[in-house]
Amino acid sequence: MIPAAFDYVTADSADAAIAALTEHGDEAKLLAGGHSLIPLMKFRLATPSVLIDIGRLSDLSYIKEDGDQVAVGAMTTHRAIENSDVLKAQLPMLAHVAGQVGDPSVRHRGTLGGSIAHGDPASDLPAALLALGGSVVVKGPNGERTIAADDFFTGFLETALAPDELMTELRFPKMPDAKWSYQKFNRRAQDWAIVGVAAVTNPMNTSVALVNMGAMPLRAEAVEAALQGGASAADAAAKAGDGMSPPTDLNADANYRNALAQTLVARALAETGA
Amino acid sequence: MKVDLTVNGSAMSADVEPRTLLVHLIRDDLDLTGTNVGCDTSSCGACTVHVNGESVKSCTMFAVQAQGLEITTIEGMAADDGTLHPMQEAFRQCHGLQCGYCTPGMVMAATSLLKQNPSPSEAEVREGLEGNLCRCTGYHNIVKSVMSAAGGA
Ligand SMILES: Cc1cc2nc3c(=O)[nH]c(=O)nc-3n(C[C@H](O)[C@H](O)[C@H](O)COP(=O)(O)OP(=O)(O)OC[C@H]3O[C@@H](n4cnc5c(N)ncnc54)[C@H](O)[C@@H]3O)c2cc1C
Ligand code: FES
Ligand code: FES
Repeated sequence: MIPAAFDYVTADSADAAIAALTEHGDEAKLLAGGHSLIPLMKFRLATPSVLIDIGRLSDLSYIKEDGDQVAVGAMTTHRAIENSDVLKAQLPMLAHVAGQVGDPSVRHRGTLGGSIAHGDPASDLPAALLALGGSVVVKGPNGERTIAADDFFTGFLETALAPDELMTELRFPKMPDAKWSYQKFNRRAQDWAIVGVAAVTNPMNTSVALVNMGAMPLRAEAVEAALQGGASAADAAAKAGDGMSPPTDLNADANYRNALAQTLVARALAETGA
Repeated sequence: MKVDLTVNGSAMSADVEPRTLLVHLIRDDLDLTGTNVGCDTSSCGACTVHVNGESVKSCTMFAVQAQGLEITTIEGMAADDGTLHPMQEAFRQCHGLQCGYCTPGMVMAATSLLKQNPSPSEAEVREGLEGNLCRCTGYHNIVKSVMSAAGGA
């Protein structure tokens, strides 16, 4: 399968990427690891007329501690996150979830920024970002802004990123002692989650995010509210499907996903001790 | 558009359209047809090559993205005198192939895996090769081959 023809531009700095986005408008797409965009282009579900390759922006590939946060450059690969000693110590769930993405060859190319910017409800890392209470740093022609994870995902493959903005960094509060669980349910190795659950329990609260339970990556607000209100983990887990409109596809229908979400949230909460 | 890259240790250049996939540059322009196309949808791993030493599915990368990078294909694995790479030899000894279609990709993925984890457990080998499908379903002997190459069997 051959994608439709496009013009190819390489950006040698973040500012160059933003300038190219501004110049070419919404005809242009950024190309990071290409592991969401190239498959879409091969099916001609995406036909950008200009691709701006940010794959050479190695200065956007880093993992560094910054006070009570860890900053991860948008171009950091899943592989680098999976193996990061800083993340294993400070945000072990993030390292674990990155290791659950696809297969090793996918993880060598795919980036955290690409996965978050794509905003696929079936993907793993957005749920981790939500459950960990992270934030997204983006840069555009008018400067930089930081968007809370909860405000970032806005619809099916839609996010708060403007067409002329580049995501530069993801920030996460350090949580070395949080109890966490990531439940990815699939039938075959390497597959996407049919449903997934990311749960993080801190002394004061538990946050729960769901994979593939709606049009976008979502918090399980009904579960969180029930726990906050003192419900047992079992009662809270029973609310996992509340307010959700999960998709129906070859793997599962909506009812099955609702049931699966309840089971997986119960397992996750048992692991975090919520 | 001109791409300069190193393939199996030799500097090469080609003139490609930006939409040319790396696997097509390798097979059609460079005539290295050991790298196969199976699914063409990033799932089967038949097209696996090394990009700067790490396994990558070459059907999911544009040739222009390889500008300046080092690519190794299955043709680059054996020594100049034809002596097979230890992983190739292990596949041969352990009957790790049937029709052979998945084999180049398996060998490339397996050598990338051993580079990162020189003495994996059997479970780690299975997990490490999860992106490579064998339509002949010869997985047991493929895993045996990789364990053997790692010195673990
Ligand atoms: C076989 C296969 C299996 C997979 N399995 C899983 C899985 O199990 N779970 C999972 O979560 N994912 C999975 N993925 C997707 C993988 O995680 C992708 O790597 C990721 O979704 C996209 O990252 P990328 O760097 O490849 O982005 P690209 O494909 O390059 O880009 C994706 C989108 O994000 C935009 N973008 C990229 N970077 C930026 C940036 N810095 N700023 C603004 N916009 C940006 C692009 O313009 C594009 O629209 C799989 C992919 C494949 C091919
Ligand atoms: S042909 Fe590339 S993964 Fe199947
Ligand atoms: S040996 Fe035939 S596909 Fe693997």
